Amino acid sequence: MSVEAREARQPWILLSPALSAVGLLLFVPLGFILVYSFWLRTASGADQVGFYLDNWRAALSDPFYRDILLNTLKIAAITTGICALMGYPAAYFIARARGNKAILLLLLMLPFWISYIIRTMSWINILGVSGALNSAMLWLGIVDTPVQMLYNEPSVILGLVHFLLPFMILNVFVSLEGIDTNLEAAANSLGATRWQSFVQVTLPLSLPGLAAGGLLCFVLGAGTYITPMVLGGPSNAMFANLVYEAIITQLNWPLGSALSLMLLAVLGALVLIYNRYLGMAQLMKGLG
Amino acid sequence: MGGGLGWQLVRGWAMLVYAFMFLPVAVVVLLSFNASEFGAFPMSGFSLRWFVELANNEAILRAFRTSIILGLLTAAISTTLGVLASLALVRYRVPAANMISTLLIAPILVPEVVLAVALLLFLNFLNINKSFTLLLMGHVIFTLPFVILVVQARLVSIRRDVEEAAMSLGANPVQTFFQVTLPLMLPAVLAGALFAFTISFDDITGTLFWKPGGVETVPTQIFAMLRNSISPEINALGTVMILLTVGLPLLGLALARQLSKKRGG
Repeated sequence: MSVEAREARQPWILLSPALSAVGLLLFVPLGFILVYSFWLRTASGADQVGFYLDNWRAALSDPFYRDILLNTLKIAAITTGICALMGYPAAYFIARARGNKAILLLLLMLPFWISYIIRTMSWINILGVSGALNSAMLWLGIVDTPVQMLYNEPSVILGLVHFLLPFMILNVFVSLEGIDTNLEAAANSLGATRWQSFVQVTLPLSLPGLAAGGLLCFVLGAGTYITPMVLGGPSNAMFANLVYEAIITQLNWPLGSALSLMLLAVLGALVLIYNRYLGMAQLMKGLG
Repeated sequence: MGGGLGWQLVRGWAMLVYAFMFLPVAVVVLLSFNASEFGAFPMSGFSLRWFVELANNEAILRAFRTSIILGLLTAAISTTLGVLASLALVRYRVPAANMISTLLIAPILVPEVVLAVALLLFLNFLNINKSFTLLLMGHVIFTLPFVILVVQARLVSIRRDVEEAAMSLGANPVQTFFQVTLPLMLPAVLAGALFAFTISFDDITGTLFWKPGGVETVPTQIFAMLRNSISPEINALGTVMILLTVGLPLLGLALARQLSKKRGG
């Protein structure tokens, strides 16, 4: 074999383990559940192989599923909005702060290292009947008996914001860091006030970071089932909880496949729209 | 930046955001030292009894063992696959490199629940049931993109001419890799492995789908314990987890600093 041919083959040898892993453990399984979603789980518990539309009909037309899907998207949207409002100024502060920026950044990274389940359950200590907030209110005489502040939609949103906020801050921070501060100075020297130069120069330039953070918050928020299980009540199930129910509790795997693919289609469409207009590069910057 | 009113507001807001991020976690740590029987306020005194109970709780120790073994194996496999792929992408002209990158990143673009369902049902179809093997495969596939992103970002900064110098002095490609490239890459490799380990150690979303009955990792153990009620023991377990997952990377960072200082970097 010629040297050139060997050279050309080398990268493929290096890539093949990772590519086959992704192929065999992600793409083939996704194809498989697409086929599986047309099978039928019979009363006996066996799968009837064939081409049945029953699961898809249920997933797409049952108002129960539709309402929960819409509610899931609503919760994800509110969460993303709150993350943006809380996260943008914080990211701006870190990006423009003088002095111990390294410490501020390290503090920003710390939540990523604290387990998701611990951060989620930590709110039980705060909002629970015998939690910090109730103890404080009782002590101050604001209430006579403890108030249950958990297991409702706001507590689910709160948990999600706590989980997702670092993703937003990091993405906005990365894009703010990439903006030449001279641009703002130039705007100021041309007579813009600090607020004007922020709104007309810095903010538009940082929108890609805000969009990347928003996409991550939305997709991760809409795909979770742990937060509603820990911080939500029986009526706060999100779409991923339906998937969990179908697969783990009811063992109706064909229906679970259809529901999973529905979630993938909705969230995948968002990722594709994002990719079409902004490209993946911005997202990768924030993740790497 | 001066001390204008706007800036003061931004600073105050940022401090509130930091407080929001860290106060609940601080309360977990605080309550884990609570002497009282119930995991709640008011605290009745300082005590280490919940840590002692943790150390005597067979189920929790087993969960720790499972999590650590799973994390180490995941890190080893995922880092190996990730480093090889990153080398190919950074060091060679690969046709359609962009598409290949996207394919390799795909496991984090797909919602984890969907990935979990697909892998579970497909491997079950192949008669691989819920097992440690399934758990390991699942953890490898969703940590791989993170490893690739981290390692690739670091690899770009290693200069090619050092390798070329080694080759021109007569080293063959394998010798060059092990004696020149690998030592230079070591920080990137370690960062990737650490990343994979912590992600695997923390995961619950996929793990709940893949774990066989009776096997628990630390996060699923906490989740199962939450079903009863929040106890000081869970807070103590949370404190230990925080020490591990925050302490280890901080130690790694400090170590990396020391190493680069020694090298005079």
